Amino acid sequence: MRGTLYNAVFSAGITLILACLMLGVRLSAEGTRLTVVGAGADRWEWILAGVAVVFFGQLFSPRLDALFGRIPKPSLGALKPQDSTLKRLKPWLLAALIVGLVIWPFMVSRGAVDLATLTLIYIMLGLGLNIVVGLAGLLDLGYVAFYAVGAYTYALLSEYFGFSFWACLPIAALLAASFGFVLGFPVLRLRGDYLAIVTLGFGEMIRILLNNWTGITGGPNGISGIEKPTLFGLEFSRRAGEDAQTFHEFFGIDYNSGHKVIFLYLIAVLLVCVVIYLINRLMRMPIGRAWEALREDEIACRSLGLNRTVIKLSAFTLGASTAGFAGCFFAARQGFISPESFIFIESAIILAIVVLGGMGSQVGVILAAIVMTILPELAREFSDYRMLMFGLLMVVMMRWRPEGLVPMKRPHLELK
Amino acid sequence: MTEASLYLLQQIINGLTIGSTYALIAIGYTMVYGIIGMINFAHGEIYMIGSYVSFIVITGLLAMGNIALPVTLFAALLVAMLIAGTYGWSIERVAYRPLRGSNRLIALISAIGMSIFLQNFVALSQGSRDVALAPLISGSVLEFGSLETFAVTISWMQLLIWSVTLVTMTALTLFISRSRMGRACRACAEDLGMTNLLGIDTNRIISLTFIIGAALAAIAGLLLGLYYGVINPYIGFIAGLKAFTAAVLGGIGSIPGAMLGGLILGVAEALTAAYFPSEYKDVVAFGLLVTILLFRPTGILGKPEVEKV
Repeated sequence: MRGTLYNAVFSAGITLILACLMLGVRLSAEGTRLTVVGAGADRWEWILAGVAVVFFGQLFSPRLDALFGRIPKPSLGALKPQDSTLKRLKPWLLAALIVGLVIWPFMVSRGAVDLATLTLIYIMLGLGLNIVVGLAGLLDLGYVAFYAVGAYTYALLSEYFGFSFWACLPIAALLAASFGFVLGFPVLRLRGDYLAIVTLGFGEMIRILLNNWTGITGGPNGISGIEKPTLFGLEFSRRAGEDAQTFHEFFGIDYNSGHKVIFLYLIAVLLVCVVIYLINRLMRMPIGRAWEALREDEIACRSLGLNRTVIKLSAFTLGASTAGFAGCFFAARQGFISPESFIFIESAIILAIVVLGGMGSQVGVILAAIVMTILPELAREFSDYRMLMFGLLMVVMMRWRPEGLVPMKRPHLELK
Repeated sequence: MTEASLYLLQQIINGLTIGSTYALIAIGYTMVYGIIGMINFAHGEIYMIGSYVSFIVITGLLAMGNIALPVTLFAALLVAMLIAGTYGWSIERVAYRPLRGSNRLIALISAIGMSIFLQNFVALSQGSRDVALAPLISGSVLEFGSLETFAVTISWMQLLIWSVTLVTMTALTLFISRSRMGRACRACAEDLGMTNLLGIDTNRIISLTFIIGAALAAIAGLLLGLYYGVINPYIGFIAGLKAFTAAVLGGIGSIPGAMLGGLILGVAEALTAAYFPSEYKDVVAFGLLVTILLFRPTGILGKPEVEKV
């Protein structure tokens, strides 16, 4: 009992020290002079409440642990239908899902469709990073660099050479992949955590270059007026450009700016479906198995004759090309890009999506991407706390559920 | 001396100033890495918190009036070290200790989460805009060269940074090499499991490492804060990356290596900023990091690491 009391007092004291100067007072600039202002009484009440929570939490921690231990863990497995039923229903469910995804935007508001498009971009990014982090176990903190490469590829090619979106899509993916290849080739020999820092440095370098190469990339001002995608040459603007036709003229319907939003959404759905399909195939191929094997035990893999450079490089390059895809689409959707969109925090958000969903699990990553993009929109008044929560979530997830919300299930066959 | 060589000398002096603060931060990375083999990604944020605490204390004491400047600075230093140390200890306790023994990447992700959390915590509680402090220490100790062309100056501020760094480094070296705790630290870096078997409380040593690293980062926070005069909640990210580069450059796990690496990085950066567009000085740090990791991953003074099954 005395031990717990001491522990509780100690923890409460530490909390008070942590909070007193950083939360209790704040620096404020009055003109050129700097002053210290004590925070309001309400903030001190919060601090004291926090200290009290820590104190009692520590004091009763053994009892609380016992209490939490008694709560039965919800088992998701019980909710799932039998494997045989699932197998029979799967094609139908997939078909229903895809039809639903296609029909849905015609019934809701423009803002909702736009948000869905953004979510789909994050799903693409999450799936791409999932190959690198989840499957191959390479922590890439500069993933956003490949996203930037894709976005700038489209923006620059369309601005200077008038390339169309559809032509740029494969080019962007290829270019991002080659960036991944060039970076990956020397770097992948490094051990896990060094790799993380080097990719982080690479991401920052790309951003700094984009920011300072003013002549071509427009520097911090970015590139604006990027062309929107067309449907077989049909534009989605009110008036067509030279020797082009608009969508509404061709079909003889009234102009509606919503068409463009829905069209973009449908492209995103298409891209995500393609990415999911490809990754699913890859996971079942020898290379996919090799990724996971390498993640689990590198030395064992090498002793079995797997070439680790080729395997890691393929994961890195494929992840990068997915980001290039997403970047190209992002540039087309925004119509404006600047280095501001490709900061480290963006990499961290994508990483948080992968971690939250469950490293390696595709369903998990998709769900996490949906949650991570829609929650901040719903809780607008808490938008200041968004990144704070992301950070906290990453720590909490690693501590209590490192395998993610929907842990990965390996594709496997059972002998009967 | 010609103008060009005077200019070069000035840049080296500036580089050594910044470099010695990088070295202070880098020690935190290198000590933690040496003992538990993880990159404490949140270390840069500790430096930032140290800056904030020292600014708060300095402003508060100046507002009271008639307290001598050295007393103010010393008080700020002590409080910043205390609070940063507490942050360092708590971070280890909350975010890293429960994960010890698990996969390296898991601990690193937790550290990244902690870093994002702390950055936004300070941005929310202290405001995300720049905070500027009027220069407290001005004037120069020494000027040479002709005034018409170019004069090399060493300011009081630079002298302060050098002397504080020197005293701190000496104290740390003595602590690590002479004291009982220091010997335990070295034993932990050698073999954590064995040290534990010999009856040394390794958890306490690891906590101590985090506290020392955080306190040194807080010193750097105070010094760099005074030197630049401007801080914001986002300075920790770049400073942390650079200090990490310094630690890797010198050989991660080695304390003299971190000192050397910091100085080299500082000079390299100052020279790039002097002869190339200054925006590229961050690129140099990262480029240097990539190059060392590729060609000599053990750094200048590091020991090669054997991969164990």
